[in-house]
Amino acid sequence: MEALIENYDEIVEGFYTTLWLLLFSAIFATAIGTVMASFRVSPIASLKLIGTSYVNVFRNTPLVLVLALAIEVIPTLGFNSLGFSLGFRNFSTFFVVAALGLSFYTAAFVCEAIRSGVNSVSAGQAEAARSVGMSFTQSLRLVVLPQAFRSVIPPLASTYIALAKNTSVVAIFGVADAAYVMRTLANDYASDLWFIFFGIALGYVLIVAVIATTAGLLEKRLAVAR
Amino acid sequence: MSTVLFDTPGPKARARHKLMTVAAAVLASAILAWVLWKLWTEDEFEAELWKDLSQPNIWKAYFIGLVATLKVAASAIVSAIIFGALFAVARLSDRAFIRFPARVVVEFFRAVPLLLLIIFIYFGIGLGLYWSLVVALTLYNGSVLAEVFRAGILAVPRGQSEAALAVGMRKNQVMRVVLLPQSVAIMLPAIISQCVIVLKDTALGIIVGYRELVRESQGIAQFVHHSIVSLLIAAVIFIIINYSLSKFAVYVERKFAKRGRTSAGKLDPAVDPALNSGNG
Repeated sequence: MEALIENYDEIVEGFYTTLWLLLFSAIFATAIGTVMASFRVSPIASLKLIGTSYVNVFRNTPLVLVLALAIEVIPTLGFNSLGFSLGFRNFSTFFVVAALGLSFYTAAFVCEAIRSGVNSVSAGQAEAARSVGMSFTQSLRLVVLPQAFRSVIPPLASTYIALAKNTSVVAIFGVADAAYVMRTLANDYASDLWFIFFGIALGYVLIVAVIATTAGLLEKRLAVAR
Repeated sequence: MSTVLFDTPGPKARARHKLMTVAAAVLASAILAWVLWKLWTEDEFEAELWKDLSQPNIWKAYFIGLVATLKVAASAIVSAIIFGALFAVARLSDRAFIRFPARVVVEFFRAVPLLLLIIFIYFGIGLGLYWSLVVALTLYNGSVLAEVFRAGILAVPRGQSEAALAVGMRKNQVMRVVLLPQSVAIMLPAIISQCVIVLKDTALGIIVGYRELVRESQGIAQFVHHSIVSLLIAAVIFIIINYSLSKFAVYVERKFAKRGRTSAGKLDPAVDPALNSGNG
């Protein structure tokens, strides 16, 4: 137990790193994933191919390998100073590269979640909207996208939950997140490992629970009787 | 073809699409070419590297890594299926004192990052490298599969179990004779998709020093002094295996759907591994 109390600051700092990683990666991944999903459902053949290849490559490669490659490739391409500061907190280049690696990987799953959401809207809905005289943008804005958004929430939420757990993988490369803190504490306090594990696991369970509850509330709020 | 996102294209739109196809292809090739050119100028593709990579020892190391990965993954998937089946049945039990603990176990192992589990089992329980990894993978993937199996059994229409009970079958007969055979059809593709996740997750063994394919390729990268190509080779091996597995899962799904062997519907997308293989 004292391992948790003595290293309280270190553990909290680790979880801050985890949460910042989660935030940045979620934003990047959603952006890239949305672009790839729009490629995959577009009528342009080459864009479709790009979207499909992206998903197949990143979904079938282990995250560890994606991160290892990101760490090698991104600086080699000349992006050497990606670090930035938010005033109260500085983010190193290495942190940003790790976040980008996580984002590239997660984007493949975001893309599939969004695509399955769009595909769940039946073509009849758009046809009906067009036949009552709505313009193309109206049909998209008022009929198709609201329905797609609704069915995207559950798979997207499980993607973000997986991302929250996947942020732990950066510990392998030495980013000092919560999993990394556990790894160092596991060496220093071998006899206290049960407390360390359940204490830090509880932190992750809380993060997962918050995402799941938010998604559940959002889903309930947007639910319609059919 | 009409979709929700755009109207059926006419001749003008088709011509425009063709033009944009070419434009997008040119742009994408330009970006790819720039990346390759940049890596070339940074000496990532020197002649020396290819000479080093063509040594038989290098390929032996990749092979040893691949075998280590497959070994762990195979043991883990088999025990995960057993674990998953037991806990799925426990979660569907009529008795709350069985149902509740099973639910806590499944929810816990699904929510905890696999990496923490590996560290904990290796340092805390001390099973040795190989078995620590197998046990951690089993606990996580078994819990995911328990949810898949449960959803699969629940997807069989209620009339089926009601009818079976009405003709006088016992509860475990209903499960064995009626529900399980029908739900296998929707579980099988999910199990195959889970294999992809297990294969990828074996790479997390690096944290405790298990020498699988990714770890071996990192070692090779150090040996030949060029990381990117050495790592890319490992990535290609993973993509080939996992892509074939995913295609096989789709094939199995279609085959069962065509035969109409089951009255069960589709798997709830919230637990479908094909959509959720978000882990490591």
